[in-house]
Amino acid sequence: MSNVEFIYLKRRIANAATMVLSGLATIFGLFFLTWILWTTLSKGIDAIGPHLFTQMTPPPGEVSGGMLNALVGSFMMCLLAVLMAAPIGIAAGTYLAEYVNHHWLGDTIRFVNDILLSAPSIVLGLFVFTILVQPTGGFSGYAGAIALGFIVLPVVVRTTDEMIRLVPTQMREAALSLGIPQWKVNTQILYRAALPGILTGILLALARISGETAPLLFTALNNQYWNTDMAKPMASVPVVIFQFAMSPFEYWNKLAWAGALIVTLFVLFISIFARVVLARKNKYG
Amino acid sequence: MANLHLSVPHTSTIQSQTPAKLSARDLAFYYGDFKAIKELSLDVPENKVTALIGPSGCGKSTLLRVFNRIYSLYPKQRATGTVMLDGENIIDPNYPLNKLRSKVGMVFQKPVPFPMSIYDNIAYGISHYEKLSKAEMDARVESALREGALWEEVKDKLKQSALGLSGGQQQRLCIARAVALKPEVILFDEPTSALDPIATGKIEQLISELKQQFTILIVTHNMQQAARVSDFTAFMYLGELIEHGVTETIFTKPTKKQTEDYITGRFG
Repeated sequence: MSNVEFIYLKRRIANAATMVLSGLATIFGLFFLTWILWTTLSKGIDAIGPHLFTQMTPPPGEVSGGMLNALVGSFMMCLLAVLMAAPIGIAAGTYLAEYVNHHWLGDTIRFVNDILLSAPSIVLGLFVFTILVQPTGGFSGYAGAIALGFIVLPVVVRTTDEMIRLVPTQMREAALSLGIPQWKVNTQILYRAALPGILTGILLALARISGETAPLLFTALNNQYWNTDMAKPMASVPVVIFQFAMSPFEYWNKLAWAGALIVTLFVLFISIFARVVLARKNKYG
Repeated sequence: MANLHLSVPHTSTIQSQTPAKLSARDLAFYYGDFKAIKELSLDVPENKVTALIGPSGCGKSTLLRVFNRIYSLYPKQRATGTVMLDGENIIDPNYPLNKLRSKVGMVFQKPVPFPMSIYDNIAYGISHYEKLSKAEMDARVESALREGALWEEVKDKLKQSALGLSGGQQQRLCIARAVALKPEVILFDEPTSALDPIATGKIEQLISELKQQFTILIVTHNMQQAARVSDFTAFMYLGELIEHGVTETIFTKPTKKQTEDYITGRFG
């Protein structure tokens, strides 16, 4: 075998080994993912039915009941969290990208925001518990929404910042060279160009908070009854899953799986929707 | 440059022929500590096309960007000296940017249509300056698109996204967008470097038509293009203005050795 043939053979072996190893790693990861999804689906599907969306969470020992109060509680708190955090996040992201880009202040804020982005959610829950729940003397839907808002905020800041910085510099210069002032360029040109990306960031943040349990334990607590008053303790799907899954009651366990399935499907739906939004951007931009 | 054919009359000095629209005097430009333009003086004649040529990094694009103060977007960039437009110094920070940019339009290297419809791309800039009725705006948009030599191609799809146009069409849209504000000067920064030869030909023809109404300054890497479209040519090298004169003279009888070396392709 000549020297060159030996090198080729070595390369082919290295190539095959790399392919096999990376393939195995993929299968290993997908195996557990499929297992998790399959367990959630098979255990959750049993308890799925219209009663989930019409009845309240049952007291211990009951064999009927749904999750209406928890679903509504989750919906209201997530919605309020996004409504509070998204505008602040978009404004802050715009500030970073347009006013303090390439500046020590911007770099510092980005660094701090990244810390907030990776902060354990239980810490955020504890923070809101200390500054809001303890002084006002009560758990509430508002406190839960604020805790979730702290999770949404850094995600929106980061995506807005990155998406606006992706808009070509020449687009800004072209708009400014028409004599259009900076604030109009921001709101009418840059937001339009970056909108699909910003929306995707908000959707992914929504997907993330819809499954968050830890920050709600200290803040919104839970509520067995129908409640739409956000000043009072509020039920949420993740906290109900936490409570019901750990209980000795069989029906509660079934409901917990149903809740887990609903959250999983919701996150799946949001992720697909976000991809559709981004695909639209790629088509036009 | 044997096939060069231009209808520019021979004159010894530029100033004697046409009044200057823009006059730079002792103009210097800094990127932070780096001096990109070293005190130069240049007159840009009214209703003529002036080409800025020179090797990469010679300061020609920088010079162009001084004339509408687009550099003021970046905190570390600054210009010194004077640039007079209609008797006023436009690089004086007290000269309003809004006024300057309504008088001096700009077309960039890459076509950058705004992410909106073809119609709105034109109407957007106009509506910032003038409150027009729907019918008046329609007429303005049409005339701008006609001046941009784009009307026939887009008249049936004005409401469609401008991002669906071809590169050459997008660039003509950007020209129409600049023309729509009825400026007095239009700056072109290598407007055809991202385009194919056919689209380039259309843009060059358009530039020749636009000089009836506008004073045009064009930066180009393409010397044939400078020879084809311009009446006057300024050659820059290492931040200095080496030679400036009637295009035909520059290309056939340059007085400076560096100019001759550059246009004959010996460097750059």
